[in-house]
Amino acid sequence: MSAFVDPARMAGHSGMEKGEVLLRVDNVSLSFGGVKAITNISFDIVKGEVRAIIGPNGAGKTSMLNVINGFYHPQEGTITWRGKVRRKMKPYEAASNGIARTFQNVALFKGMTTLDNIMTGRGLKMKSNFIWQCLHWGPALKEEIEHRRKVEEIIDFLEIQAIRKTPVGRLPYGLQKRVELARALAMEPELLLLDEPMAGMNLEEKEDMSRFILDVNQQFGTTIALIEHDMGVVMDLSDRVVVLDYGRKIADGPPDEVQASQDVIDAYLGVPHEH
Amino acid sequence: MAGSPVVERLDEDTFPKILLRNAKVFADRPAMREKDLGIWQAWSWSEVLEEIRTFAIGLQDIGFTEGDRIAIVGTNRPRLYWTMVAAQSLGGVPVPLYSDSVAEEMAFVLEHAEVRFACVEDQEQVDKLLSMSEGLPRLEHVIYDDPRGLRDYDHTRLHSFEEMQAVGRKALDADPARERAWLERIAKGKGDDISVMLYTSGTTGRPKGVMLSFDNLVISGRNGNAFDKLDEHEETLAYLPMAWIGDHVFSLAQAYTAGYCVNCPESLETVLSDRREIAPTYFFAPPRVFEGLLTHIMVRMEDASKLKKKMFDVFMGVAKRVGERILNGEDVGLKDRLAYWLGEILVYGPLKNQMGFTRLKVGYTAGEAIGPEIFRFYRSLGLNLKQLYGQTEASVYITMQPDGEIYGDTVGKPATQVELKIAENGEVLYRSPGVFVGYYKNDEATKSTKTEDGWVLTGDAGFIADNGHLKIIDRAKDVGKLTSGALFAPKYIENKLKFFPDVKEVVAFGDGRDFCGVFVNIDLTAVGSWAERNNVNYASYQELAQHPLVYDMIERHVDQVNRDLAGEPMMAGAQIKRFLVLHKELDADDGELTRTQKVRRSFIAERYAPLIEALYDGSTEKHVKTEVTYEDGRKGALEATVEIRDMTLHPASGRNIQEAAE
Repeated sequence: MSAFVDPARMAGHSGMEKGEVLLRVDNVSLSFGGVKAITNISFDIVKGEVRAIIGPNGAGKTSMLNVINGFYHPQEGTITWRGKVRRKMKPYEAASNGIARTFQNVALFKGMTTLDNIMTGRGLKMKSNFIWQCLHWGPALKEEIEHRRKVEEIIDFLEIQAIRKTPVGRLPYGLQKRVELARALAMEPELLLLDEPMAGMNLEEKEDMSRFILDVNQQFGTTIALIEHDMGVVMDLSDRVVVLDYGRKIADGPPDEVQASQDVIDAYLGVPHEH
Repeated sequence: MAGSPVVERLDEDTFPKILLRNAKVFADRPAMREKDLGIWQAWSWSEVLEEIRTFAIGLQDIGFTEGDRIAIVGTNRPRLYWTMVAAQSLGGVPVPLYSDSVAEEMAFVLEHAEVRFACVEDQEQVDKLLSMSEGLPRLEHVIYDDPRGLRDYDHTRLHSFEEMQAVGRKALDADPARERAWLERIAKGKGDDISVMLYTSGTTGRPKGVMLSFDNLVISGRNGNAFDKLDEHEETLAYLPMAWIGDHVFSLAQAYTAGYCVNCPESLETVLSDRREIAPTYFFAPPRVFEGLLTHIMVRMEDASKLKKKMFDVFMGVAKRVGERILNGEDVGLKDRLAYWLGEILVYGPLKNQMGFTRLKVGYTAGEAIGPEIFRFYRSLGLNLKQLYGQTEASVYITMQPDGEIYGDTVGKPATQVELKIAENGEVLYRSPGVFVGYYKNDEATKSTKTEDGWVLTGDAGFIADNGHLKIIDRAKDVGKLTSGALFAPKYIENKLKFFPDVKEVVAFGDGRDFCGVFVNIDLTAVGSWAERNNVNYASYQELAQHPLVYDMIERHVDQVNRDLAGEPMMAGAQIKRFLVLHKELDADDGELTRTQKVRRSFIAERYAPLIEALYDGSTEKHVKTEVTYEDGRKGALEATVEIRDMTLHPASGRNIQEAAE
């Protein structure tokens, strides 16, 4: 009785083939008053890949993720999700459409257990009505058991059985990050957005997390877009990298190509002023 | 023989035969549980038979046959236990391996045991085997339990456990003759066939493959069950390495012979909570597990509310006074019994529940000396914790403590059917039905361990005390003599001192010298907190270690140890005459300890040669300079003047001891 999450069940909703464009961002610009956070950026995310978004601090990476999951609405440009141009959308609509995310600074319910936190990720999928849920009986109970099973599979997948009943606030940071990933996975997303999944981790935790990200990508076929500062991790994990600087795209391509680009080097290391 | 009447039917002499019997007699009783996806999944004995039968037939289909060996690598999973019996049912021999051993060591064992098949837990182990498959031409098939991550692997020589069972099921459905042949093969098995090969790490050289026969294990298992009256109602937790003889006997030999249920935890990290859920009735753990649990409880109690703390203290006092006596069935006054009963409701019960020991019938600890305080703590709660002394070569049991005869410093009386004797040099020898057949492909080692008439040398020095209990003092090769001729057992003395929480490490010297002298390492946590409470100021470990009050405290401990030693005739001659407190903590980074935190005696003798000299030349202090390595690899030097204190020795007060009890 080994737990093995059936990839077919997790594969997502659209039935898209690997390699098709899942999400495309065209000429998107976002500004807050006079501050231009993103200027005329276009790129795409292909089904089944690990896509990294990198750039120095303040480059607009998190804003870009917020645009993708509908938290911000760009003033210009279009976003095409699964072949359809997307209208203005609320984050929860994005979520029920198959986009899940984790946050740069862990955003879990600290007083709740790991299990309960992950169960919240199933909230959008619960269909039984409020009354039944209050009674916790009949269809609501049946539904909860099904969802619990799914959650247990994810717990098994991420190897966090030992902290199942531990309040999240008591966990070390690395594990909290893993719980957050678990909660995002509980939504069975098609596109998973990870905002600095490895920030503040030690080497061992980073290795574990990298392993899990790759496993998620390979086993479930989940497309992943991640922001990360650790270049070693980015270069090892991602299939393609897009580099932002001051809200503009300065490079886009496979990791080694991006690494060699002079613009990228300049953006990270700076250029001397010419007098 | 006590226990269930079924145990007395002794005609089943191999595990596959016992399995067939259990499937009939205990058909619907649980045989195995595993926590999976947060739920305990159970298999009854008849279901286990079905699992093993289908797997065995599948195994046969990929060419497993009589005399083949199958390596088993992984943590405690039901399927791995089933693989062992499935292999035995086909006349093969399982070879369990330590799953955390390094690739090189694992490769040696796989090669030495000539395994053609391997059954492993998961991707990690598959990868490990595949990485060394170049050097293992004999290894043909690898079977895995957990398919996660293995989907895209080349499956010509790789099989999933489930797929093997499916093949077996199909073959059984298609041809009833297959099952008949399988049963006939089981009937052909004999008690003196090799049942399992367990590799012991051994202190020197390559691991040795200990061959144990069905007779060894079945008889030892039955004896063990009878000794503690274990029957099919027991529950145990399988969490210790499968390659270790203890787990093999507790989770397989005794489980099969008694018919009890073995529970596999969800993962190694969840053992604590899984134990709470299962509440085993029969439990084994090395001393450090009990130590860890106790520390955990004490730390939690410090943070408890005043009322709870008060209740805990009061009733622990009651338990300390009468708990052990009640457990041993001695006379205790009504008032104390009443207080203990109340304590059981208010403190001991909830505490035992926290630890998962609510239903514990008997618990064992072995492997190392357990601190008497720790041992007493558990017993005073009414937990029947006992010590045993065993070895792979003996199918575990050499001596065990019978109920009601528990002494912290002895390891018990010879187990059922075990004979014991002490050699000239103090080495313990035993002979029993559990004595191993031999080391695989290593006649030389077999000869040097096992005499022609079946006595096995344990390598441990010990003696039999007045009450007939065996007392182990040290590894035989470490035991020396003082110039006076008195026996000197360094580890025995060190352990006595180490039981004081203030003392972290001790190194004793004395072999070939006039008297025994020791280096003491204080425990910074314990002594630090003592210093805080007693207004002792210090700025560094070195300063604390050299504080006169700390010296006074250690002197009291040493004196207590000497008093104890004086009471033991064999040891009275080797009392500690001089001691010093080391100015630096012994550290693995400096090579003074092994990575497993064991003292490297010879290295320390060399490094601190001037201090040893000072111990024996009568000086009262010595200035030393010691090189230290910091965590980042830089080196520095510590300078200190170390004080050496003299002790007054106590006159020997013990009676003569019995030389041997046979």
